[in-house]
Amino acid sequence: MSLIEIHDLKVHYPIRSGFWNRVTDSVKAVDGISFNIEAGETYGLVGESGSGKSTTGKSVVGLEKVTSGQIIYQGQDITRPATRRRLHYNQDVQMIFQDSLSSLNPRKRIEDIIAEPLRNFDHLSKDDEKLRVLQLLDIVGLDADALYKYPHQFSGGQRQRIGVARAVATNPKLIIADEPVSALDLSVQAQVLNFMKQIQQEFGISYLFISHDLGVVRHMCNNIAIMHKGRLVELGTREDIYHHPLHLYTKRLLAAIPETNVNQRVAHRATRQAVERAYQDQQTRYYDADGAPFPLVAVSPTHFVALPADFAKSLAHAEEEVQA
Amino acid sequence: MATEENFLTIKDVSTAFKINGQYYDAISHINLTVHHDEILALVGESGCGKSTLATTIMGLHDPEETRISGVVDFEGTNLLQLDEDGYNQFRGAKIGMIFQDPLSALNPLKRVEDQIQEVLDYHTTLSTAAKHDRVMELLDQVGIVNPPLTARQYPHELSGGMRQRVIIAIAIACKPDLIIADEPTTALDVTIQAQILDVLRSIQAENHAGIILITHDLGVVAETADRVAVMYAGQIVESGSAEQIFNTPKHPYTRSLLRSMPQRNNESDDLYVIQGNVPSLRRLPTTGDRFASRIPWVPASEHEATPTMHEVAPGHEVRCTCYRNFTFPDEKGSDHV
Repeated sequence: MSLIEIHDLKVHYPIRSGFWNRVTDSVKAVDGISFNIEAGETYGLVGESGSGKSTTGKSVVGLEKVTSGQIIYQGQDITRPATRRRLHYNQDVQMIFQDSLSSLNPRKRIEDIIAEPLRNFDHLSKDDEKLRVLQLLDIVGLDADALYKYPHQFSGGQRQRIGVARAVATNPKLIIADEPVSALDLSVQAQVLNFMKQIQQEFGISYLFISHDLGVVRHMCNNIAIMHKGRLVELGTREDIYHHPLHLYTKRLLAAIPETNVNQRVAHRATRQAVERAYQDQQTRYYDADGAPFPLVAVSPTHFVALPADFAKSLAHAEEEVQA
Repeated sequence: MATEENFLTIKDVSTAFKINGQYYDAISHINLTVHHDEILALVGESGCGKSTLATTIMGLHDPEETRISGVVDFEGTNLLQLDEDGYNQFRGAKIGMIFQDPLSALNPLKRVEDQIQEVLDYHTTLSTAAKHDRVMELLDQVGIVNPPLTARQYPHELSGGMRQRVIIAIAIACKPDLIIADEPTTALDVTIQAQILDVLRSIQAENHAGIILITHDLGVVAETADRVAVMYAGQIVESGSAEQIFNTPKHPYTRSLLRSMPQRNNESDDLYVIQGNVPSLRRLPTTGDRFASRIPWVPASEHEATPTMHEVAPGHEVRCTCYRNFTFPDEKGSDHV
């Protein structure tokens, strides 16, 4: 059984206008998405800004009011706050934020920041609490003298690791990581990513890894969902997405990753511009009459794509022939 | 017209900031040249001084708080000797600058057209009608689909990619010889980033301009740059053509950076992490190799007492001698994955 199942999740924001300030329309930030996160895996949610990926992450933690749909955890729908409390859901699911500086209280010391979730849930004695905080700092590779410092006294990478320490304090089963490394330098990014993998192996944590960086996602995630305009356009394993992409939007995203092999950059640029042209020309084949992605259809047990069934089949067939 | 001559030569430039009454070098003894028709990428992590170099060239530092030495020779003029009025003849006219955050670089109260026209007002004597035509031409050149519509809009009505295009239009309004682009795509999505880089490249080809592209993203560099200078802790540690830097990197720092890129790694492997931290401005080592503390397994005898640049191939220079026998601790031989 999956750790978390998300069924037809929708988050709509109302637009009010007119004399009576009635709801006249809505922004469909997330418009009917479904996926499952298995225990111990890293699930990648990829999309450009405005695609609804962060809103999805927030609704899974319970920070966003869900319009409709279900999030099933231990067989129960946790979109209701009462259910969340009964299942200790808020303890089992934690979050790491993108901007480590603004997500840590500047007026609190590290000790209090990391101890806050413990004080909320575990109610330890003073000595035990301190021991646990020291243990957490040790896990993320910080010294004991960090305890009495304030967030501004740390570098970006260290702050992000403090954020991770706070997230793992309650022994969560799932961590939502919303762009955890996009504000960091390359060498610091490597440090934080390695470290996230390491605690995953140690504690069997699952991640919902939200990112726009397909290079990082390939490194981290076993299963990946590509999100666009509030819906999923393609969903599959790392192999499916990176080696057999079917939806043109996925191909476009992949083509936009800068080529790090200098010798092939001219060829890569030509490919990218060809894909971009195709994307502009073939909107009607890949999106429905309203410009929204189609519902997902399965092309293999693991690989789903948002296209009409016969079109998806013919694309998958063509792809197989190219591979053969 | 395009010439092979260096139109920008930076000689021995150092910029020091005053902190509590003491000066600390943010960049020290930088030597660089920029040619027409090329994109020179300045790469490095945050705090390495790449933006400081850009603002030094543009003369944007407060003379009370900074101490600048060296020569920035721009087509025969030493920019560092100019006063504010003299600088204004260059800024915007012959040197254009593109900033990282397009929203804060634009005036929220002015329409796009007025913002672009402002540059033309200051530096040209065109008639109002000619200015209007030029604005349309510029918007078209940076790939804006409907120039008359966009010209009437305010910055908040535009998407991030469109705003950055407007910034580029402002920067190139007077056909500058030099464009300094400071992290022009960092705030943008990958697909938009690719488009903006295409725009930069086409503008460079049309105007025969030289571009200094400042970025921390090695992918962007590999995709766009002709020449690359890698900076660490205020110094250039390696410079050469893009092929030289990416195919045969020499300096331990360059090699470490390339090894820590997720794109270049196997999915299951751990990424390479450089030991230690970047030293802060006030704690920079005054002698010896500044990178030495990050590669502690390399014996001191491998480093030079006063590291200098060594030419390893035509146009390819590396600082310090420690690159010669450098290997990573977990392997013997090459680091090619």
